[in-house]
Order: sequence, then structure tokens, then C-alpha cells
Amino acid sequence: MSLRAVRVGFLVAAVFALVSLAHPRSAAAVEIQRFTTSAGINVWLVEEATVPLITLNFAWHGGAAQDAPGKAGTARFLTYMMDEGAGDMNAKAYQERMEALAMRMSFNAGRDAFYGELRTLVETRDDAFEMLRLAINETRFDADAFARMRDQILTGLRDEENDPDTILARTWSEAVFANHPYGRPVEGTIDSVSAIAADDLRDYKDRTFARENLVIGVVGAIGRETLEPLIDKVFGGLPLEPELARIPDAIIPDASFLRLAELDVPQTVIQFARPGLLRDDPDFIPAYVLNHILGGGSFSSRLYDEVREKRGLAYSVYSYLYPLDHAGLFVGGLATRAERAQEAVDIVRTEIARMADDGVTEEELASAKAFLKGSYALRFDTGDKIAGQLVQIQLEDLGADYIDKRNAMIEAVTMGDLKRAARRLLGDGKVFVVAVGRPTLKTGG
Amino acid sequence: MMRHTNVARLAALSLLCLAMLLPARAFAFVKGVETFDLANGMQVVVIPDHRAPVVTHMVWYRVGAADEPTGQAGIAHFLEHLMFKGTRANPNGTFSKYVASVGGEENAFTSSDYTAYYQRVAKEHLADMMRLEADRMENLVLTREVVDPERDVIIEERKSRIDNSPDAQMSEALSAVLWFEHPYGRPVIGWLNEMEQLTLEDAISYYDRYYTPNNAILIVAGDVTTDEVRTLAEQTYGKLARRAEPPARVRPEEPVHRTARMVRLASPLVTQASLVRSYVVPSYTTARKRGVGSDSAALDLFAELAFGGSTSALYQKLVVDEKIAVSLGGYYRGTALDDGEMMIYATPAPGVSLETLEATIDRELAAFLDADIDAATLERVKRSVLASAIYAQDSQQRLARVFGSTLTTGGTVEDVQAWPDHIRAVTAEEVLRAGRKYLDTNRSATGYLVPQAQAPRS
Repeated sequence: MSLRAVRVGFLVAAVFALVSLAHPRSAAAVEIQRFTTSAGINVWLVEEATVPLITLNFAWHGGAAQDAPGKAGTARFLTYMMDEGAGDMNAKAYQERMEALAMRMSFNAGRDAFYGELRTLVETRDDAFEMLRLAINETRFDADAFARMRDQILTGLRDEENDPDTILARTWSEAVFANHPYGRPVEGTIDSVSAIAADDLRDYKDRTFARENLVIGVVGAIGRETLEPLIDKVFGGLPLEPELARIPDAIIPDASFLRLAELDVPQTVIQFARPGLLRDDPDFIPAYVLNHILGGGSFSSRLYDEVREKRGLAYSVYSYLYPLDHAGLFVGGLATRAERAQEAVDIVRTEIARMADDGVTEEELASAKAFLKGSYALRFDTGDKIAGQLVQIQLEDLGADYIDKRNAMIEAVTMGDLKRAARRLLGDGKVFVVAVGRPTLKTGG
Repeated sequence: MMRHTNVARLAALSLLCLAMLLPARAFAFVKGVETFDLANGMQVVVIPDHRAPVVTHMVWYRVGAADEPTGQAGIAHFLEHLMFKGTRANPNGTFSKYVASVGGEENAFTSSDYTAYYQRVAKEHLADMMRLEADRMENLVLTREVVDPERDVIIEERKSRIDNSPDAQMSEALSAVLWFEHPYGRPVIGWLNEMEQLTLEDAISYYDRYYTPNNAILIVAGDVTTDEVRTLAEQTYGKLARRAEPPARVRPEEPVHRTARMVRLASPLVTQASLVRSYVVPSYTTARKRGVGSDSAALDLFAELAFGGSTSALYQKLVVDEKIAVSLGGYYRGTALDDGEMMIYATPAPGVSLETLEATIDRELAAFLDADIDAATLERVKRSVLASAIYAQDSQQRLARVFGSTLTTGGTVEDVQAWPDHIRAVTAEEVLRAGRKYLDTNRSATGYLVPQAQAPRS
């Protein structure tokens, strides 16, 4: 039961952001055309005419990190306003028109990027692109729509005030990022959202919606000749350069400590972290393989075996690499009954230290490689997913040939690489732990 | 979320948007769907999608939480977890290790009406998936060493999904009072006190009763042909004996409902009041059985027009115009073996009581049912609903789920294919008539979720 307005965020599973790909055959199936439009916009296109659909994904570098101080939640607020009226249509007229065209449009704010997606049937293509043009260039910010969306956001924030996962995310962010812009919640707080005016949304949009920081991925029943003028029509009127605030690199604590938020719930939710690697770090791929063995595999990881399979301590236990533009993190989490929270945390600490000290076995490396190489194709089996990958590869600046090279990069990882990656990723095994609930936990250690 | 997702009955709501329609060529996939039976009674459905060399392989069992013995709530879902433990020939998670070794994705889910297992792999591994899935249909081996910790896992899963979440607790309580007699009133994951008592023997006896080819449906979606699937299916599932003859799925019928029910949950975890209401209404299957098959398509459109999204009548009235509610929505859950539900939820504006909100919803529902629906509005909404069918074709996994959930709830392949025609045929008068006929508050339960004044954080 979701009490929030129906507003589908998309993508964002890309938190751990490693773009996968790579069965030789499916790589061949994803043939990317790259071109620059006359307005200077770079487009990646995969033509696929089996289904009469077009999926356009796009993103602007910027994201919630560009929210003004004291105005956390600005980017996300803007995502709510994008279909609340544009051009000469108020919210109702705009939404009825979307319905009549059977188009789907959604926006989503991440820490480093502002994402959008348009899906349309081929037969209503031109009208759907025109609707998108209006949303992006002629957003209305009518007072009543603004107030309605603000109230929905505030209600949502209020609704989550005592939600254990929300408190966990907040506490964790504060512990990890402190005063860095990443420490501000993407969705904002009741105070910060209350302080946002329509002019703040306009200002955010004017600063971040530009051509130079825009990436685009298109998949579907459309060729370059048709697409190029549509792209220029939608995005060509934007300023060339954005005015982005400079975001400093974040310093992630490398220490063992515990932060506990008490809440009277039957299950304790726990998240842990330590510094990780940036996406462009040469050791990122080895670290990715290493994490897969530790806690990345949805089953058969060391944490899964020790915490869930052998002891039944948790339904879900995981770890992942979280590379942001200005911070690299290693993150994990689990949820367990209060009286065994200490045991679960001890196992996590032990397993991290064991991997830091002893590394992995040849067999573990081989099966991790087999999984990571084999699973590439599953990220490219719908137009929706392919368009998302095209955007993510560009945001992370991995290069046009990344899809072809990626599996070879996984294959090339050696035991020596993992040893080095373990040293860099896991260090001396220190992790800091954030918990919400009523557990008995030792601080530190 | 990790493995073994407990989809619960709600998940079937995606079906609404799923059957198919619009220009003929859009239906290439769905038109290409073929079905046949193996000699042992197992049904097979093939959904071709040749865009990428991958397949989605699913086995659906016509059994779910509503088929559980009394006192064993949760056994369907518990068995679903235990199915990953191994067989004589493939012990200790061999199956899952194999899936991982080829980079596949796997999971399983349980609802009130069905239990399903799936893998998504490169097409060359399909034969092995079928061999391993067929093996665990008859050769599951369970020991205390694996059953005991797994019971702890499902209890933790319950805590994650329900006990830590007042929204979920409300949902659970609302179902429990909505259904007087029908087991849809039981949570799929089970009641904690009964889950704690579930045994290895309970799981095996449930397995032996229901996990048999004549109670299963194989669905393969992806880069395959019907002939390929037929050959492989005969070599694997076709070799299985009928292990059991599961009883007819006759669940207790609901008696006449004469009372609007009310559930109130006050919790310190709740910081924002909200309201939810559910009505017992016919599903696609029960409407057809009662000879009023077109009522379900009418209910689909009724839900969209009345409260389905931001262009709906109630959203426009309560959220946009009167500002009684901050948000409001609802949907029709029509994919069920027995009756379905119509669900409405809303959050009041600051200063508005839940009583006022509820009265306003009732007033506006009545007003909607009294007024006419203009032709342009009906066409617009039909168009958007029907387009979902085309968008669904982007995902073989989604299509496989549509067919699986339909076939395990009394529907057929033809029913999925005919859905768009049914939607197209609905008239404004039929929408209103269905609404008037079924939205009877005496067949509903309403839930109030309210904050409890008490600081939970110390």
C-alpha cells in the first residue's frame, strides 16, 4: 500500500552503478549508433523495431548535490512538478493529454544526476516528444499545483518519520557524509522542503538543465534521421553550459564505530560502510569482483552463507560498491532480531576482516567471474533496460566501447588484483555500523 | 530484495494493465503464444521473444496460501523457501550454484493462489534449467539442519515486511476482517504463532500433495520456438510421474456480508494518518463463472475513471478542487481464483479528520455513479489502459507473469488475448452499472491508520 502519489522513479537500481554487459552474442545484439545533433547534443541510439515503442532516457549531471544549502529536496521537488502543467496546459489538461497519447513520462533525482524517461508508442511519437519539450522548456509552476505537490512531499516525509528504514538511511548519511552536500537527504526534510519556493525550482532548473551536461540514450523503433530533429526540438533550446556548484570530494570515515537510533520495533535494521573506490579507479573492477564474493551475490556470497543460510539470522544481507562522483563507498546491510543483532554484526566484521587478511580462493574467483560475465545479457533484454544502460555508461564516462570490453575486464582479474583490491577496499577491516531498533550492541570494536 | 520474494496477492494487480491491445502488429508476441499439454498433464506455454538470446523459464503451481491446511498459515511460502535446499541428485544448493555459474537470475514467489519458481538465463542453459526444475518437483530432500534455520529466515522476513511496518499490519488486519470465511483473509507469509510451529513434515506433506506435473504450468518466454520447448519439456518434465491428484480448489464461500467493517490501528510508528478501504468484488474468474464476465472489464475501467490516477474523478475532486486529501488512489485486483478486491487509499489534508475524508469519498463515489461519463473521457482512459498491453511487450518476464497468474487463477491463454477486446467493448453505462452493483459498503472494510501520541524514540 503506497500512500504516496503515483510517481514512478526509474533507473536508480544503478546505485551500485556497475554497468554490466557481455555475452559475446548479446554484445553484438546491442548495436549503438552515436551521433551529435546540430544543436551539439550527443545521442546514443539502439534501433529495435520488434515492438512499436520508443524509450528515451536522459540525465543531467547535477542531481540533488546541486540543491542549495538549506533547500535539500529541491531536485526531487522538481521531479514532481514536471507533469504538473506546461505551455498553455494546466496540470489537469497536461495529464489528460498524456493519457490520451498513452505516453509514459517520469523523472527522478539521484545524488549526482537528474534523470528523465519518456516512453511512447510509435504512432503518437511526435506529439509525445512535443509534450516532453513543453515539460522541459515551459514548465508552469502554477501556484495551486506547486502547493499540492509540496503537500504531497511533506505528507510523505511525515509519513516516514518513524519508518525504521528511513531513519536508518538518514542516520547513515549523516554519519558517512557529515556536512558534505551528499549528507543532505535527496528527498529533503520537512524544514528544507517547507523552505523551497517555486523560484528555487526555477533556479535549480535554469542552473542544471543544459546541453553540455546532458546524456541521452534511445532505444526502439526509430532511426537517426527521425530522432535527431526531435532531440533538438526537445533539448536544443537549453543553454549550452550549466552553472553547477563545485562539489568537493567527500571524506568517508575509516573507523570502527557504532551509531544507534533507538526505535521500538521488533526487528533491528543495520547498515554498515567504509571507504570504497571511485568508478574511474583502476582497481574498481577487481574490487567489484571481490565484493561479489563477499556480499554481492544475491545468494552464495560469504555473508549470505554465514548470516542467512547457516544461522537464519536475516532474510536479507548484502554488500555493494557505491561509487558517487565525489566519493567511493563500500556499503552493506541486514535486518535481524534485536537479541541477535550483536552476533550478526560480529559475523559481518569477522567476514570483512577475514577477506581483508586472507583474500579469496581460486575457486571463488572463478565462479564470481562466471556469474558476472554470464549475467551481462540480462541487463539488455528489454528496451527499457538498454536505454538505462546507455545513460549510465555515459554518466560514468566509461566509453563507447565499454559494453564490448567489459567482460574481458572481468576475465582479466587475477588473484593478485584481488589481493590489492582487498587491501584498498577493506583496509584493516574497520567498518562503522548504523543501527535502528532496540538492540544491545557494543559500541566500536 | 533478495531471493524468495513473497509477492503476496497484491502483486497480481499488475495484470490489470497487462493483457493486450491496439494495432495488430503490436501483438506479435502475444499472438505467437502457444500452449500444449504433456502426457502427464503438465501445461506448457511458450512466449516467443527473439530480441536477445535469453530465456525466462518459470514453473507455476496451482497452489498458494489459500490452499493451506487450517492452522498452518505460511506453509506454502515456507515450502517455497525450502525448495532451494536440494535433492538427492543435486544436493546442497547445486541448482542455485549452477544458475549463478552461468550468470543467471533466479527467484520464487508465493501468493494466495499460486507459487512460482523462475530462472533467467542465456538460452543455451534452458535445457539444464528444465532438468533441475523437474528434478526438484519430485525429489526434494529436507533435513532438520536446513529446515530449522530457514524457519528463522521466514520469521525475519515477516518482521521485515509486516512487523516493522504499520502499513503492512493494516493491510493484514484489513484482509482478515474483509473475508469472513475465505482463506484470502490469511496473510500469505503466515501468522507468526503458526509459522513458529511449521515442521519439516508439514512441508513435505504439502509438497507431496501439490507438487506434481499435473498441477504445474511451464512457461518459457524468450528466444525459443515451441518445437524446441516441446522437445526439451518431453525429455525432462515429461518423464515425471503424476505424484498426486490434488483436490479440486474449492475454498469456503463467503456468506452474505451485511456489515461495513472498520479497523483502526494506532501506533507510535505512524506519524501520518491515512485511510484504506477494500471491497469484495468479482474477479475475472468469478465474474465469468456467474455469467457476468463483462463486469470485470467494466470494473477495470471503473477503477481507472473513479480513482486510478491524477486525472480520475475522485483525485480531481478531493485532491485538486476541495483539497480534502493530499493524495488518493485505488485499483481493481481482478486476478484471483475466487473473488477479487477493489481498493481505495487516501491521505487527508492537514486538519482534515479521517471521518471527514471517508464521508467525502463516499459522497463523491455516489456522485460519480450518479453522473454520466462523457465519451471522450472514456475513450481517453481506455486508450491509456490498452497501451499498457503494448508497453508490457517490452519485457518477456512481465508477459510470462501475466500468463502465469492468469492460468493459475482459472483463466486461459485466450482470456489474456481477448482482454483488450473486452475493454474496448465496455460502455459508459456498463462502467456505472458495475460500480453501483459492487461498491456496496456492506461488502467492504475500512482501515484507519493513526498516530499514537507517544515518543517511540528515546
